[in-house]
Amino acid sequence: MSQTKKPVEEIDRVAIRFAGDSGDGMQLTGTKFTEATALAGNDLSTFPDFPAEIRAPAGSLAGVSGFQVHFASEDIRTPADAPDILMAMNPAALRANLGDLRPGGMAIVNTDAFSTKNVSQAGYTEDPLPALRDNYRLVEIPLTSLNREALASLKLGARETDRSKNFFALGLMYWLYNRPMESTERWLEGKFKGAVLEANLRVLKAGHAYGETTELFPVSFVVPKAKIEPGTYRNITGNTALAWGIIAAGQLLGQPIFLGAYPITPASDVLHELARYRHFGIKTFQAEDEIAAACSAIGASFAGHLGICTTSGPGFILKQEAIGLAVMTELPVVIVNIQRAGPSTGMPTKTEQADLLAAYYGRNSDSPVPILAPATPGDCFYTMIEAFEIAVKYMTPVVVLSDGYLANSSEPWMIPEVATLPRTNVDYRTDPDGFQPYQRDADTLARPWAVPGTPGLEHRLTGIESEDVTGNVSYLSDNHQKMVNLRAEKIARIAADLPPVEINGAERGEVLVVGWGGTCGAITAAVNEARADGQDVSSIHLRHLNPFQSDLADALSRFNQVLVAELNHGQLWRLLRAEFLVPAESLAKVEGLPFKIAEIRSRIDQMLAGS
Amino acid sequence: MAAATPLKAKDFVSDQDVRWCPGCGDYSILKNVQRVMPDLGVPKENIVFISGIGCSSRFPLYMDTFGFHTIHGRAPAFATGIKAARPELSVWVVTGDGDGLSIGGNHLMHVLRRNIDVQILLFNNRVYGLTKGQYSPTSKIGMNSKSTPQGSIDHPVDPVSFALGAGATFVARSIDVDAPHLQKMLKRAADHKGTAIIEILQNCPVYNDDIWVEVQDRKSRGEAALVLEDGEPLVWGAHGQRRGIAINDGVPSIIALGDEDDPVSKGVAIHDESHESASYAFALATLERPDFPLPIGVFRSVEKPTYEAMLQDQVDSAVEQRGDGDLESLLHSGDTWTVES
Repeated sequence: MSQTKKPVEEIDRVAIRFAGDSGDGMQLTGTKFTEATALAGNDLSTFPDFPAEIRAPAGSLAGVSGFQVHFASEDIRTPADAPDILMAMNPAALRANLGDLRPGGMAIVNTDAFSTKNVSQAGYTEDPLPALRDNYRLVEIPLTSLNREALASLKLGARETDRSKNFFALGLMYWLYNRPMESTERWLEGKFKGAVLEANLRVLKAGHAYGETTELFPVSFVVPKAKIEPGTYRNITGNTALAWGIIAAGQLLGQPIFLGAYPITPASDVLHELARYRHFGIKTFQAEDEIAAACSAIGASFAGHLGICTTSGPGFILKQEAIGLAVMTELPVVIVNIQRAGPSTGMPTKTEQADLLAAYYGRNSDSPVPILAPATPGDCFYTMIEAFEIAVKYMTPVVVLSDGYLANSSEPWMIPEVATLPRTNVDYRTDPDGFQPYQRDADTLARPWAVPGTPGLEHRLTGIESEDVTGNVSYLSDNHQKMVNLRAEKIARIAADLPPVEINGAERGEVLVVGWGGTCGAITAAVNEARADGQDVSSIHLRHLNPFQSDLADALSRFNQVLVAELNHGQLWRLLRAEFLVPAESLAKVEGLPFKIAEIRSRIDQMLAGS
Repeated sequence: MAAATPLKAKDFVSDQDVRWCPGCGDYSILKNVQRVMPDLGVPKENIVFISGIGCSSRFPLYMDTFGFHTIHGRAPAFATGIKAARPELSVWVVTGDGDGLSIGGNHLMHVLRRNIDVQILLFNNRVYGLTKGQYSPTSKIGMNSKSTPQGSIDHPVDPVSFALGAGATFVARSIDVDAPHLQKMLKRAADHKGTAIIEILQNCPVYNDDIWVEVQDRKSRGEAALVLEDGEPLVWGAHGQRRGIAINDGVPSIIALGDEDDPVSKGVAIHDESHESASYAFALATLERPDFPLPIGVFRSVEKPTYEAMLQDQVDSAVEQRGDGDLESLLHSGDTWTVES
């Protein structure tokens, strides 16, 4: 980090949103800024928000891609409701994001992109910049020309030259927030060669130098290191944590992983990530469709591997019949649904939590499965280990519900000591003596996992109702009733393994906010803020959706009012009301975006006002 | 593991009552498969039968091996997972014309093109049996069935052509009741490294009786069937009625032969299972009754690397290059930082 001669102001926290065309490299810019920020020791949370189109028409509103990073010297849990700084690479990026900018916040715009044509393509009838000055701190920078100037002596084409302007912007932001640039320089050196490397390094430094020399920025800022728990940290996204959790599960259970997957947003990254780790004995299979992905994973499980498939909403629905077969044949397989906004194709790159009831009830007949949901990006790692543990211990398919927000957002993650992670022995049946395919363990009700290649254990599994103990085809009414009951009871018994409900805040009181999955950060932050303001509110965040923890009913009963906050039309809300007869209220948001803290606080205020 | 006593056909008979209709061709196929199993030299515990849904798909339940009766059309996908995970297993898929070519057509195509080393037995009776008599994707145009009271208007698919089109490395056709031929085809399929598909012409006595009777009946078989033998000319017919098949520009035609004629000099083609071009086998697959004899035997048999072997190679070479995966170093890879207490 080069020393600045300008004054440096210390601040607790700041949220920056980088926004531009989907071809402008905003995701990369945000990611690199995040990495440097993580290394600077801040707590942070990010929110990438991008269109499904790979390259929408340049300058159009549809093509705007944004990346918000929130970092602080204190504990933070969300990417922040409103950015303090908006860097807009063109008029469309400004128009699509200005509404979110905090009043009085700073808008940095690339004035070179504000041609009459671009301005009108963004839907403005006149130059928007003059009006901005009333409500925001407008910083006008001719980014494109400055970038071209910096590269004038390199004989690059115009397109290649302009392509690096995001790194000019990044260099400027590094100066403004006194971030170290070394990690980005290292990354560039590993990624590019020759003139392109030289260009990117040069503009990164030029952007930095511009910050120091321009009169537009009289001060720069520093966000001191956060006081966080001692340990070794890394920055991690939910999808990376999820992929690594799968790898870890294979190591901890001592069995090879087989991933069957079909490309789908936002789950494909997990397939990409796992495909790189064949030296862990992992076999990844890109199937011909979502159905084959599930079937191949179940086949691998039948053969004794740890079968898994990763998908998103539409793919999850296609897998349901196969999941039903795994319920019927009681095979351990993990199905990860990284939920996105639907129904149908919906909004592939936008987040939602609306597949909970599909996971519960989306198969034909009574077909119970355990359902887990990670709470934070880093929690995706632990959730995958737990999912496999449950799958093999109870011989059942397990559904994990992540979401698009968790998948792509990142946070500093304390790297666990491998030795402290739970190891589980996989208990294959080997003894042919007295073997019966559906002879159950007295405690877990799990049937034995008897894999091909084991002498004397030849047996047949079928999706036709099977007789208890023998597994022979049976159409007898008594047996069917018994097997339906057993399948339900087996899943219910998993509750015995679950930890007690953790309440954030007081153990009893006026308002309890219940959430699940990727909304944990926003709900916890809202409740903590409200409590700091003296409000009588607590929260519970469920990672276990089926079965629920045994003491959940009791916990719910200790509050006068219960609010279920979720990114769907009230799915957990319905379940909790049905299961526990609580008159819970619903805060349901389905905009394809995560909760803002203010949205939850406002509802808490209303409930407390009415009490 | 070497078996102490050699296995017999009855060692492959499960304790379940077989529940096909009386006279169903499946009985004969089951018996022939059970007879061939001991000759494969594979320990019984390493044999897996996978099926989807339909009459034929009950097959694994009657085999005393590992078995998995799955969901409609998806057997190839389950088999792919099993074989990719455990290449040492002998994996057999049993399917039908509806299960394999209608609801499961996609999976059948992909297992064939990937060349996964499984054996696929496709029972073709040209009708849906278990759902009680609707036309299937192999039914002929005009077939009267419960769902086509005015006759089927679907152009049928030919299983052999389908398999060849998908790039199958082993494609054969046999007949449910022709025990010696069927056993020979089963052994050939088992010996083949890669996906081996056998279309087995199978009689449904309830919903589509006697559609294959010409080739099933020994009396008419000599006239109706062309038995393919590698390296032999494509000749059929009894004395005085000998004929051969010539293939010119991919178009087959019939050449009449005297009993003493040398077929090759008359232009009759010599059967070549491993012909460099699949178009030769395609030409054979177009031979249909009543204009031509129906070919029986191996249409095509060529070598290609199998999917599961290449996948295992990638795992092995990754381990060789990078060593066994180490979780600790994975978690610490890239940029990390330490917060001191």
